[in-house]
Amino acid sequence: MKDVVDVVIIGGGVVGSAVARELSRYDLRICVLEKNFDVCYETSGRNTGVVHGGFAYDSGSLKAKLCVEGNRIMGDLSKELGFDFKRCGKVLVGNTEQERSSLERTMAQGERNGVQGLRIIEDEELHQMVPSVVGKFAMFSPNSGIIDPFGYTISLAENAVQNGVRYYLKHEVTSIRRNGGCWEITAGHQQFCARWVINSAGLGCKKISDMLGLCGLDLVFSKDDYIVLDNRLGSLVPMPIYTVPSNTYMGIHVTVTTDGNVLLGPTAEDRKEFENYGVEQKNIDYLVDCARALWPHFTKADFIRTYCGVLPKWVDKNGLIQDFGIEINDDFAPNAINLFGIESPGLTASIPIARTVISMMKEREHLLEKADFNPVRKKILRFSDQSPEEQESMIAQNSDYGEVICRCQKVTKAEILQAIHNPLGASSMISIKYRTRCMMGRCQGGYCQMRIAQMLQDELGINDTDLLYSNEGSNLFFGKVRKKAGQ
Amino acid sequence: MTEKHDVVIIGGGPAGLAAAVEMKKKGINDILLIEREKTLGGILRQCIHDGFGLIRFGQTLSGPEYVQRFIDEVDHLGIAVLTDSTVWTVSKDKVVTVMSPQGMRTIRAKAVVFSMGCRERTRGALAIPGERPAGVFTAGVAQSYINLHNEMIGHEVVILGSGDIGMIMARRLTLEGAHVIAVFEIQSIPSGLPRNVHQCLDDFGIPLYLSHTVTDIHGAGRLESVTVCKVDEKLHPIPETKQEWACDTLILSVGLIPENELSLDAGVTLDSCTHGASVDEFFQTDRPGFFAAGNVLHVHDLVDMVSIEAEKMADSVAEFLRDGFLPFCPLEVIVGKDIGQVVPNRVEGLHDVSFFIRSKGQQENCSIQVVQNGTVIASKKMRKMIPATMAEVKVKKSNFLDSSPLEVRIV
Repeated sequence: MKDVVDVVIIGGGVVGSAVARELSRYDLRICVLEKNFDVCYETSGRNTGVVHGGFAYDSGSLKAKLCVEGNRIMGDLSKELGFDFKRCGKVLVGNTEQERSSLERTMAQGERNGVQGLRIIEDEELHQMVPSVVGKFAMFSPNSGIIDPFGYTISLAENAVQNGVRYYLKHEVTSIRRNGGCWEITAGHQQFCARWVINSAGLGCKKISDMLGLCGLDLVFSKDDYIVLDNRLGSLVPMPIYTVPSNTYMGIHVTVTTDGNVLLGPTAEDRKEFENYGVEQKNIDYLVDCARALWPHFTKADFIRTYCGVLPKWVDKNGLIQDFGIEINDDFAPNAINLFGIESPGLTASIPIARTVISMMKEREHLLEKADFNPVRKKILRFSDQSPEEQESMIAQNSDYGEVICRCQKVTKAEILQAIHNPLGASSMISIKYRTRCMMGRCQGGYCQMRIAQMLQDELGINDTDLLYSNEGSNLFFGKVRKKAGQ
Repeated sequence: MTEKHDVVIIGGGPAGLAAAVEMKKKGINDILLIEREKTLGGILRQCIHDGFGLIRFGQTLSGPEYVQRFIDEVDHLGIAVLTDSTVWTVSKDKVVTVMSPQGMRTIRAKAVVFSMGCRERTRGALAIPGERPAGVFTAGVAQSYINLHNEMIGHEVVILGSGDIGMIMARRLTLEGAHVIAVFEIQSIPSGLPRNVHQCLDDFGIPLYLSHTVTDIHGAGRLESVTVCKVDEKLHPIPETKQEWACDTLILSVGLIPENELSLDAGVTLDSCTHGASVDEFFQTDRPGFFAAGNVLHVHDLVDMVSIEAEKMADSVAEFLRDGFLPFCPLEVIVGKDIGQVVPNRVEGLHDVSFFIRSKGQQENCSIQVVQNGTVIASKKMRKMIPATMAEVKVKKSNFLDSSPLEVRIV
């Protein structure tokens, strides 16, 4: 049976979910088709989590314009949607006169882009702000910040669901056909028929673009390896520390997450195809060397994890990186908005990108606003962030708050239960991790993962052999060791 | 409302249990033992193999049997126990905050005992390159899934690291029908006890490859294979020796780290060699009234030694509660040549003292020496020393010369 809707959004990452959330303001039937088992498995969850100022992009570009706008609204958005965001500022640290003039050029570009408050700070002020950094001067961007990329993407998706959008996880689009003024889409053995299609497939944007008949897109895949350090070091990195950027590469930086973990990365290697998310030894060594030169306050004993993210970059015939692609071709693919090359600063710019998409739709049809749109989404309250008095009353109201499941990140059973019963229906181990921080700490689930695996089985009625770590095929168990008596 | 107790013991595993029993026997009545699990016993609950108790009880017991003896004594002596209760914070002035489904409790203690044990080093801590599929477990997590949760975690298993739990899991998985392909150890000698190499690997025909390590992990969903390389003397992988091993499970037994998050909260200084608290001969940390024993202090070879250490500490806690203080320990202990770690870190110089030592690397036909002011005040001949086996050296009280530092070294 066909599912007939107004809009199909392909890809539920941060951009697709931002489009879903912003479109849910209007009286439209919307569904999101996501091939993965949750919404932040790829680029949206595999990045530095920095909210960019907008100074690093060519003046007049969409990247510059939408980033500056995204940065401006992030504070209000974080209150509305309940995700972690901190406008902590950021420094680009230099040592040589050449770097100083490069920073001055970056600053001038930033000012042209409408970025506020940029200034060069000298040695003393730099070390007051970031005592542990190695460098003589810096450009300080007070409006840059850090964000929880998992929490942000999930909050957009959940708020969209609250406002009537349907998410289809595990639904990979396998064909798209134009038929009688409507788009027929097959995904996960299901048929969808939509007036509008939005391609926000991220790494898969070329594949979907080809299916829409919009061929000839050139992409490179920038592979970024990172190292995650213990959150005991977080206080030594009050804001992201960057080197002076070259034209095409921001350099290795030392950043901090909203949870206080320090990140070293990214490596940024261009690949022709997406291969896998494997982190390479040579990159780990390289990151350590580069980061040490900038911020020498860690040892290998502080490592808790490595990860890799991949950015899809749109390039021209000569391999030069292009702007964000946000296009509609009324002749070849009517009512299909094609988003491609949405790389950094896509996280920062996600809502402005969504609004650009909507204004393109509005140029072609009237969208009726819903009276009952609710912009507010409640997050899972973190027990560990509350005052002792509040903690006491939380346990009194719900004893599950008194059961601490994850020791190092201090996550309670009540929080994990809320994560398990999430509105998107995501049910893998890392879905719980992204929603609660369980298994993200220094013991990497050494204490809590057995309990979480059991809770997922008990709460959702999943068989042990069907329990997944992340995506398709990531089964944790092969069956029971012994049959219980009577079985 | 703040409750008051003489002693709060954090952690109801072998160290906490032995400490509680011994303190009670020493006449301390107001003890509160706090355990985050539903039952006492700690990690021993999942150690269903035997070999525990030879030193402490002169017989070989399984983990649960060994620890039950202490649990029975705690019951019998009527020691107050909070289970299902997680210590949330420990303040510098010994206020312990506890969360449980019954509510939040704050307890002011005269003495606090840290007996939280240790945690396992993970893949992330080693930064093993590669993808992140399902099927990569630390040995203790694998042991918990199999022995406590009845979940079979794999069929074709590679083990990295020859730590004791890794070798025990090699045997366990084999007994449960899995195929343990090989154990790879980066060092040139096994990191676990020799008896486990014989009983868990040799007896089951499981090959142990020394000077080998995993250099890459493959698989997007479940683990598909690992790349293994030989390493040179500096432990760097030799690329030409690269081999791919198909497997669905990788078990890591690559070291244990004392679990000291709460000790750090309380402002206790840790020793950079043991990763446990820096303690004096009374097992008192550098903050008066805070004590540590067992694997939270330094990782032991045998649980028997954990119990014995905790019992010794209990005597000091009793003395502290009686007198309100313990003697100042001015003699600093310096980690000298070829020593990996040593406990204690400070001594008074007025009693016989035992030092517990691990060597750095393998040493043969050597002596452990304790040196003060250039004079060897204690010495012990060793035919062979390996980091996996802890050595003990005693210094007689009459041999201490003055209050200058002691250097422990291997020559």
